[in-house]
Amino acid sequence: MSPSSLAAQLPMLPVVVPLLAGALLLALGRRGGPLAGTLSLTVLLAVLACAVALATRTADGTVLAYLAGNWPAPFGIALAVDRFSATMLVVAALVAIACQLAAVDDLAARQPAFPALLQFQLAGLNGAFLTADLFNLFVFFEVLLVASYALLVSTVGRDSVRAGVHYVAVNLFASALFLMAAALLYGVLGTLNMADLASRTAAVPGADRPLVEAAGLMLLVAFGIKAAALPLGTWLPSTYAAAPPPVAALFAIMTKVGLYAIARVGTLVYGDGSYQHVLGPLLVAIGLGTLAFAALAGLAARDLRTLAAWMIAGSAGTVLLLVGVGTPRSLGAAMFYLPHATFAAAALMLVAGLLATARGPEFADRFEAGPRPAAAALLGTLFVVCALASAGLPPFSGFVAKAILLDSVRGEGVTAAAWLVVLGASLAWVVALSRAGSRLFWKSQDAGRAAVGGGVASAGAGALSAIALLVAAGATIVVLAGPLARHFAAAGSQLAASGAYRDAVLRQQPVRRPAAPVPAGSMPERSR
Amino acid sequence: MELLLASGIGLLAAAGTWLVLRARTFDVVLGMTLLSYAVNLFVFAMGRLRVDAVPLLRDPALTPSLANHADPVPQALVLTAIVISFGMTAVLLALAVRSHLEHDDDHVDGSPR
Repeated sequence: MSPSSLAAQLPMLPVVVPLLAGALLLALGRRGGPLAGTLSLTVLLAVLACAVALATRTADGTVLAYLAGNWPAPFGIALAVDRFSATMLVVAALVAIACQLAAVDDLAARQPAFPALLQFQLAGLNGAFLTADLFNLFVFFEVLLVASYALLVSTVGRDSVRAGVHYVAVNLFASALFLMAAALLYGVLGTLNMADLASRTAAVPGADRPLVEAAGLMLLVAFGIKAAALPLGTWLPSTYAAAPPPVAALFAIMTKVGLYAIARVGTLVYGDGSYQHVLGPLLVAIGLGTLAFAALAGLAARDLRTLAAWMIAGSAGTVLLLVGVGTPRSLGAAMFYLPHATFAAAALMLVAGLLATARGPEFADRFEAGPRPAAAALLGTLFVVCALASAGLPPFSGFVAKAILLDSVRGEGVTAAAWLVVLGASLAWVVALSRAGSRLFWKSQDAGRAAVGGGVASAGAGALSAIALLVAAGATIVVLAGPLARHFAAAGSQLAASGAYRDAVLRQQPVRRPAAPVPAGSMPERSR
Repeated sequence: MELLLASGIGLLAAAGTWLVLRARTFDVVLGMTLLSYAVNLFVFAMGRLRVDAVPLLRDPALTPSLANHADPVPQALVLTAIVISFGMTAVLLALAVRSHLEHDDDHVDGSPR
């Protein structure tokens, strides 16, 4: 295949490469041994390279559309990459690399299928970020969910199995709703291509309008369950706290898929002003509620992983608030906030995992005075860095993201409520994290029992490198805050306008084959 | 036929929802199965109810509208949905059995205490 034709296939690569690698790794099975981890990491780096290439090609505002199977736009399945999708691809690849690095310590030995499952999960994530087809979005949701079910219970224990049953049941219910909503939209509008849906929702006749609105709200419920939004998000903490730490770190990106879907479908399919007056205030209310509830629940958390899980739920609330405000500036702020929140939460999950190993199974990461963990200075430093970043204190990425998001909601009518809840939640998390830190590190008992967990440096080399990667990614956000803020502001305008996305998908022409002229009259008749 | 199909879907969805809300994993699995039946039928019905209509028009004299043919897209969608819900039910069943073994109880919270 020539380089130019490979470049044309670029939007498909982040899905195809991990799928093929996953199949290969599955075939290798136990025979792969340590080689499987190396292979998996190499593939993940290749996916990251693809994601970065897509991000640079879309950085000037281009929307790349890709017609799977060369079918013209509304009939086949289209993929599309704009700045938002490309950002999410890069974030997903980075978190997957961190997850693979951290799994080397312990998880990969206990679960030989881990690298394959990780690849399938990444394929599903990337597909969900890339697709421009509503039913295809459902399929990719299922791909990433089924991989996540297996990852969640990869260390079988009473807690993880119980959390697994809840998680699978809740998500199956959400999928049923999603499917019904997609079918309803197809039944009314006759298409599933999101760009095509967008041009039809605006002009839907009055009698069919309630059906389209009902489908939109059903989609909101389905995506809200996946994003852990307020009344539907209580499955999240028990699931994330029961998952092995590297998997919990990977799951930090999972709620972001629901948020991505809400932002994408909300601005594209329901971007018409007549829907926004329902959707906007609803999302703002859900976002504020989720954030406030997560902050209070975080205060009540009794171990670090549960606290980190509530912080993930809170970050979902923040993004929902910004999507609900729906101006180009607030959408840009949401996009700036998303990568930071993902990296910080994933790093905090990994630190909690290291801490639990160092303190031994008796105390784990519970907020109880236990033995002083081995390598307490190193762990303490990592904890402080991750805690400050997640709580949004300077000089870390959370502070920049929070400043941008607070600025973006000024003068939007929800300023007072948004500032109050966002800043209040930050305060609650600072309190919760300070209390956690002092219980875990300062109130530790005699050093004589320190040997419980063994050396962190040897047992957690992989996790340490993963945390270093995530912290470095967060630091990059701070260093490049100016250019990134401008980039995401442009991305926010692109998402709010959505015209370029629509045009790119619908006007993308199938590739013409120069050879073999088609005999006249042999084209199949197209209906619809 | 519309009434029969609509009430059938409604009955399946209602029974499924009731079972899903029960506290035993076996009931939840059954409920999910019934719900997925309801969803599959619903997806199928979104292509409109037509009897004896061809999915692809070969006769150039007929106008290509839904009055003259059956919509093949929901049929393809429902096929995908059936496969996915079948696989997902298998996953849920495996987890439910595992949970029963771990806890020696089929309560959805492990043990009801």
